[in-house]
Amino acid sequence: MTDTHDVVVHHETVVAGTPLDITDGGPDMVQFVDGEGTRLERTPANTPYAEIVEAMEPADARSMYRDLVLVRRLDAEGHALQRQGELGLWPSLLGQEAAQVGSARAMAPHDYAFPGYREHGVAWCRGIQPEQLLALFRGVDHGGWSPQEMNYHLYTIVIGNQMLHATGYAMGVQRDGAVGTGDPERDTAVMAFTGDGGTAQGDFNEAMVFAGVANAPVVFFVQNNQWAISEPNYKQFRVPPYQRALGFGFPGIRVDGNDVLAVYAVTKMALDNARNGLGPTLIEAFTYRLGAHTTSDDPTKYRSAAEVDIWREKDPIKRMRGFITQKGYADEEFFAGVDKEADELAVRVRSACQNMPEPEQSRMFDEIYVDPHPLVDGEKATFLAYQAGFDQEGGH
Amino acid sequence: MAMQKMSLAKGLNSGLRAAMEHDPKVLLMGEDVGKLGGVFRITEGLQKDFGEDRVVDTPLAESGIVGTAIGLALRGYRPVVEIQFDGFIYPAFDQIVAQLAKMHARSRGSLRLPIVIRVPFGGGIGAVEHHSESNEAYFAHTAGLRVVACSDPADAYWMIQQAIESDDPVMFYEPKRRYHERAEVDLDAGVRLGLHDARVVREGTQVTLLTYGPMVKTCLQAAAAAEQDGISLQVVDLRSLSPLDVDTITRVVKDTGRAIVVHEASTFLGMGAELAAEIQQECFHHLEAPVLRVGGYNIPYPPSRFEEEFLPGLDRILDAVDRSLAY
Repeated sequence: MTDTHDVVVHHETVVAGTPLDITDGGPDMVQFVDGEGTRLERTPANTPYAEIVEAMEPADARSMYRDLVLVRRLDAEGHALQRQGELGLWPSLLGQEAAQVGSARAMAPHDYAFPGYREHGVAWCRGIQPEQLLALFRGVDHGGWSPQEMNYHLYTIVIGNQMLHATGYAMGVQRDGAVGTGDPERDTAVMAFTGDGGTAQGDFNEAMVFAGVANAPVVFFVQNNQWAISEPNYKQFRVPPYQRALGFGFPGIRVDGNDVLAVYAVTKMALDNARNGLGPTLIEAFTYRLGAHTTSDDPTKYRSAAEVDIWREKDPIKRMRGFITQKGYADEEFFAGVDKEADELAVRVRSACQNMPEPEQSRMFDEIYVDPHPLVDGEKATFLAYQAGFDQEGGH
Repeated sequence: MAMQKMSLAKGLNSGLRAAMEHDPKVLLMGEDVGKLGGVFRITEGLQKDFGEDRVVDTPLAESGIVGTAIGLALRGYRPVVEIQFDGFIYPAFDQIVAQLAKMHARSRGSLRLPIVIRVPFGGGIGAVEHHSESNEAYFAHTAGLRVVACSDPADAYWMIQQAIESDDPVMFYEPKRRYHERAEVDLDAGVRLGLHDARVVREGTQVTLLTYGPMVKTCLQAAAAAEQDGISLQVVDLRSLSPLDVDTITRVVKDTGRAIVVHEASTFLGMGAELAAEIQQECFHHLEAPVLRVGGYNIPYPPSRFEEEFLPGLDRILDAVDRSLAY
């Protein structure tokens, strides 16, 4: 190799003691399970969270594994449906399953989450149905679910906008007195998801400022998947996102984003702290986008196969399966059962996508405003009259 | 005491107070709105009476102010945001047009964002750059937003309460050079005009001046001057820029057959362009002259030593009247 394609460490400059190596999360990274699924000893980084992991039951591990597999299958089906022309776009979460499942499963039902547009795993854990997820990408809707029923906001396409919405929502939670009461049914936390590219946005930084100043019950969850479309980390920042939190006045934690147990434990503690009135936390899940940014992207143009191979070895599902097997939490029949369930989910997703009803065209004029707006109402009337003209001609 | 003489600024302050007393979910947010009462003192005394959780001094970050207001509205609050000056709204532009305006439609009606964004606008106060702009057309162009402008103390008092009551996001433009103009306000009168009704503020028979915000007073002065020359001008305060009260506008223009739009914003693709198009569509056979526009020139708002020439004044308005009558 003569070009840079075999180089995976893009930037060796040491900044604040931490090299920006996109394959190694460094000693601060919280990790409980190694690449083979072997449970690691306590380290200074993981000790604060060890009790949370140790309190988990075998059933929790199995059900997390199930979520990882089903979410990956949902994602694969979304990708395939786009390739077959059924969806206009699909942003794959491949490789980020543990970051999403681990963080989402740490949330209480009454907590509220604000996603970007890649958080299909979080949506899954919040109970969003696959067909509701697909509506946006099929172009029949801008959303697909009721944010208020699911406590899961609609996808946000403009990078970083949702970080402020989450912060404002958390400020509302404070005003409602739903923080620090000691009542777990009442105390509420808010989560905001973005990627490493999102940390460059003004809104991300303004959200940190507002949340810090207000001590708002919000957890910022950055999935550092190493690439903002074609731009690597070192084009986004000089210090890793978790180290920036201190500058805003609250803790920042780097967690192994491919270790679902570690992500769960770290997020659970951050959410508990937020609910208890201890303010925000920034979690950086150190992970990797194994696929393309979206179906419009071609990652072979900007990154090496060698780099991807390194990360394939860190696969979150392989790791969790190893952990469960080593611990004797499940047998082959369980794994086969999950695979079968994934096959069934794929069929269901495909069918739901293909059978999604076409929207009534005049619906585009509805619910632009709450109160009547003569311009929109007039245009709708004109549109309906125009369409009716075709009907009278017997065509269309 | 129902009738009170007050400034436009006081009208806004009293209207905000009434809205906050009426609904505990109403919050005021912005830079310096607390102890200082805002740079124009519109929120003066409100933090003292309603507390820091309801009159929120925010960090100095406009996108953050609007973005967190969106989150608060999603949680059930009714934030009223103060942008300190017109020219400072651009950092919040993305949150306003990409999120605030669209979230109701995007959620197919399940989410409502009853947020008011107060923008002191316009020039004529001798300020430095970024303090005198009229950017209402950007927002009137964006579906999902309502855009209104008050022009006198009574409208300030009632319209701000109507805007806060609206379940839609409202851009609320305040004519900063009229903040200290005083007039009688009937606090018991109740709402007499809808938030989106235009209003004929001076009857006249020969030419209709269509205007809003700070130019309402200027147009009234022009009409008084014209009367000295025996010319009868009708003056309409549009009040609402989105939606436009097209029914009222076309009805009164048909009466005179001549229309001139007056605003401070640059004329190219400004509100005057939309009004001229609407009027020629709806009133074509009634028009005696083309619709004329008198506005700011199509240049950045100039240093304040130029603003007397940049802003429409009596002479430029009356010159347009003469041109209209010459047809």
